[in-house]
Amino acid sequence: MDSHAVATGALYGYRNQKSSSTNNFFESSVTLETFLFYTLGAVSVGSALMMVTRRSPVMSALYLILNFFALGGLYLSLHAQFIAFIQILVYAGAIMVLFVFVIMLLNLGDEKKLNERFSWKKIVGAGLSFGVLMELIFVFAFSKANLPPSHFEKATDIGTVENIGMQLFTTFLFPFEVTSVLLLAAIVGAVVLAKKKLN
Amino acid sequence: MGSLLLISVIKFVAYVSIVLVTVIMLVYAERRVSAFIQNRLGPNRVGPWGLFQALVDVVKLLLKEDIVPKNAYKPVHDLAPIISIAVALSTFAVIPFGNTIELFGTQVKLMIADVNVGILYLLSITSLGVYGVTLAGWSSNNKYSLLGGLRSSAQLISYELSMGLSIIGVLMVCGTLRLDQIVLHQTTYLWGWLPAWNIFLQPVAFFTFFIAAFAETNRLPFDLPEAEPELVGGYHTEYTGLKFGLFFLAEYANMFTAGAVITTLFLGGWHLPYAEYLGLSPTMLSILQVLTFCVKLVLVELFFIVVRWTIPRFRYDQLMNIGWKVMLPLTLANVLVTGAVMLLIQ
Amino acid sequence: MLESYVPIFVMIAGGVIFGVVMVKLNEWFGPHRPNDEKLSTYESGMEPIRSARERFSVKFYMVAMLFILFDIEVVFLYPWAVSFKQLGLGGFVTMAVFIFVLFLGYFYVWRKGALEWD
Repeated sequence: MDSHAVATGALYGYRNQKSSSTNNFFESSVTLETFLFYTLGAVSVGSALMMVTRRSPVMSALYLILNFFALGGLYLSLHAQFIAFIQILVYAGAIMVLFVFVIMLLNLGDEKKLNERFSWKKIVGAGLSFGVLMELIFVFAFSKANLPPSHFEKATDIGTVENIGMQLFTTFLFPFEVTSVLLLAAIVGAVVLAKKKLN
Repeated sequence: MGSLLLISVIKFVAYVSIVLVTVIMLVYAERRVSAFIQNRLGPNRVGPWGLFQALVDVVKLLLKEDIVPKNAYKPVHDLAPIISIAVALSTFAVIPFGNTIELFGTQVKLMIADVNVGILYLLSITSLGVYGVTLAGWSSNNKYSLLGGLRSSAQLISYELSMGLSIIGVLMVCGTLRLDQIVLHQTTYLWGWLPAWNIFLQPVAFFTFFIAAFAETNRLPFDLPEAEPELVGGYHTEYTGLKFGLFFLAEYANMFTAGAVITTLFLGGWHLPYAEYLGLSPTMLSILQVLTFCVKLVLVELFFIVVRWTIPRFRYDQLMNIGWKVMLPLTLANVLVTGAVMLLIQ
Repeated sequence: MLESYVPIFVMIAGGVIFGVVMVKLNEWFGPHRPNDEKLSTYESGMEPIRSARERFSVKFYMVAMLFILFDIEVVFLYPWAVSFKQLGLGGFVTMAVFIFVLFLGYFYVWRKGALEWD
């Protein structure tokens, strides 16, 4: 089962839950799930746009952190509690620290306005983005029936830490052990990259 | 959901008021204890025994000019203290400060948010605290600030590892990420008489967690980020007024939360040994347990204060050596030894 | 499940609002009389020399890099620790192997002197 199936399962679970949820938001018919989904969705899209358009690299990094935060909230609304907090712990709390350090280390100033007015890069880039957009629209609008069915009866149980632990250390044991080699390679790589300075 | 939101807002307002009062008391306690240790008097003029000194200091900070140096980057300069205080205020949400209590006919758990991954929430939010310090140092465009911010960031992330690894031992023993369950696990007795507090079951984890907590709250002997003799004020050299006050508040709020976490994870939380046998009514017992939690918290905070004023500061290389060469292997070994012992007992 | 997280969302939002209000309050109540001397960078009374934002030691970058890698290791330990009693000996051996492989990396970092500060 791949991550896609998990996401789909969570999506189905989310749909099922919606009908049973009876809590009203200020006496209207908006459920907590939909409220969170639209709020966090707006924050993540907004922060992503801000991140791309900022001149100052530090501001870009800050909007990216906000984006990760909103993404964590979205995972939470899909009942993936473990992934939600790991998203914040690892991406917002660890990887972005490195980003900010590198921005500070290299003393990147504000991005200079590029002089090129017209280039083939822009055309290729625009074409590719358009292709990806079309693909996304196609996937979400037309091919819903082809999504693999969920493997879980209740999607709300997938995301618990206990469930992830049992799955990770039994069914997915080999990928887990291989991860250690990957991390080892990354550790060695980090030292080799910085070695010139260290000696 | 409207009522849920309303209750949450009330909880938040109540919590912030408690934190503000506690911080004022903590600052007062710190100044009086340090004065006692250094054979001085300390603040004793404002209000009875100088109790209102910290309160007046807040008003003073409010009336000060907010100076942003002209080379500083203003948006980030404003944002840094906000990040620090938001992180410091929101971490306490998952700490249980008492068992259940009966209110208006329903059983209410005495914690702000009863979530099933409490510890992960605590750690993930704490890990964001580093940005307040880093960005404050960077945005000020001051050499002392930048160095202080960098040192502090490196220190925070180094000790965050040991902190996370220390908790693993507790999780293995208790088998849950819920903080209320972890406390309940500690309310049993070993051999019928010794409370099964994690300080007895996981002494090494307790020791490493305590040290990491000192480093995470930037307190002596790990207060390198603001080592006054070398870095003036460290990362908040260029801060004045309430923006400086927010860093100050965040530091004490962090200390408050760190004490609460230590109490919850290792010192049995609200558990008062043998209180079950006193034959009190459930409500009285709950109140007694909340008081127990407060007393334990106060004792931990007093220990924090006494350590700060009696132990000299580490050098930076010593600090990093302790973090990476002592704490990290020690906590990892603790995880493996705990696992082996638990398997043997089973 | 999601309902139990509402107080947390409120706490985080409330924390941010509290911070913003405090900063704004200070701007309202505090005086505002800037002058060149006051707004210059503090450097123990001397004229500031060059910008503070210069390149700094690669050590800090190293620490952040190693932190990410070991942080991921710790992240794997959480689900393992919670399910430890169910996983039994098999789970213990699994994690012992994982920690051993990473310990090799740790040993390498130590021997290469990446943990030395001077």
